[in-house]
Amino acid sequence: MTPITRYTATAIALHWLTALLILVAFPLGVYMHELKLSPLKLQLVSYHKWIGVTIFLLTLARLAWRVKHVPPPLPDTIPLWQQRAAQGLHYLLYVLLLCIPISGWLMSSAKGVPVVYLGLVQLPDLVGKDKALGDRLQEIHEALDFGLLALVGMHVAAAIKHHFIDKDTTLLRMLPFGKGVQP
Amino acid sequence: MKNIYRYFMPLLLASASISSYAAEFNEVQAGRSTLTFAYRQMNVPMEGRFNKFSAHIAFDPAKANSAQAKLEVDLASIDTGFSESNDEIAGKLWFNTKAFPVAQFVSTGVKTLGNNRYEALGKLTIKGKSLDVAAPFTFRQEGPVAAFDGSFNLKRLDYAIGEGMWADLGTVANEIQVVFHIVAGAAPAKK
Repeated sequence: MTPITRYTATAIALHWLTALLILVAFPLGVYMHELKLSPLKLQLVSYHKWIGVTIFLLTLARLAWRVKHVPPPLPDTIPLWQQRAAQGLHYLLYVLLLCIPISGWLMSSAKGVPVVYLGLVQLPDLVGKDKALGDRLQEIHEALDFGLLALVGMHVAAAIKHHFIDKDTTLLRMLPFGKGVQP
Repeated sequence: MKNIYRYFMPLLLASASISSYAAEFNEVQAGRSTLTFAYRQMNVPMEGRFNKFSAHIAFDPAKANSAQAKLEVDLASIDTGFSESNDEIAGKLWFNTKAFPVAQFVSTGVKTLGNNRYEALGKLTIKGKSLDVAAPFTFRQEGPVAAFDGSFNLKRLDYAIGEGMWADLGTVANEIQVVFHIVAGAAPAKK
């Protein structure tokens, strides 16, 4: 059996860190939205924004990685159309991982609460204060979030299917430990 | 018509200021005056304003030291930009506007700092607590109208603004900057 070609350690770290942050940011966003105004709510909203900015930066780093690297090939037992679909899904995920933080940033600007990353670095306001625009951007932000939820669901379901049903090496390429070689 | 004003008003104003308007500014123009505040929330700079307040001032630059000012702020008229926050701030833990609807500043004196700069000293009363404040301001006269621009900082916990869970200064900072822009006309000088 030929050894599996895995993603590089950098790509694997960026992928799982992004996954972890989405796993925190998404329920945090839903929860804080329902909270009555309190210091806790203000803190959680800030943390949510900081995580969003971090995901945005990580996604830029991942795109830079993609420019310089070719991802390890999928097992050739997978039909070509499925390989293309997987690639399309990955690109859509990248698009959302950039657009969702930007929509949140725009929304913060429109609502008149600038983003101060980690409480240290104030990001410039992208638009002026405008309540109606802020509400509209909130709807867009939420719609994109649920779009992301659906795509991540497909992404995870595919990974599980390949690992446990097809028993191929698709998931192994992205696991941080296990057998295989890294380029 | 507008153009006529643009070109002739400065002349009119200039001549007026030389002759008869070295007078007492005491007719506050509420519609042109503003009272705003700035603070930090999770280290995010935030701003708000009070939509209703009344100001009575009597200021003659020639006799600045005997100037007087009294401001009354309708605290329920606060506008933070968020209706949820406005409701919260009117509530018991913040301004408790049912029991203390009005914040009041009454001057006790005015110091001349030079170069059109002054400092208003006085008592600021919020939520039943009166403390001394000093508010530096600039005086800018344009004929029969003058603008008083200034600000001062207060510590919200000194007045118990934001009690209970809100007393945590890590979320909403203690320091609040109050910024005033008061426009007042002068009664024509009696000769």
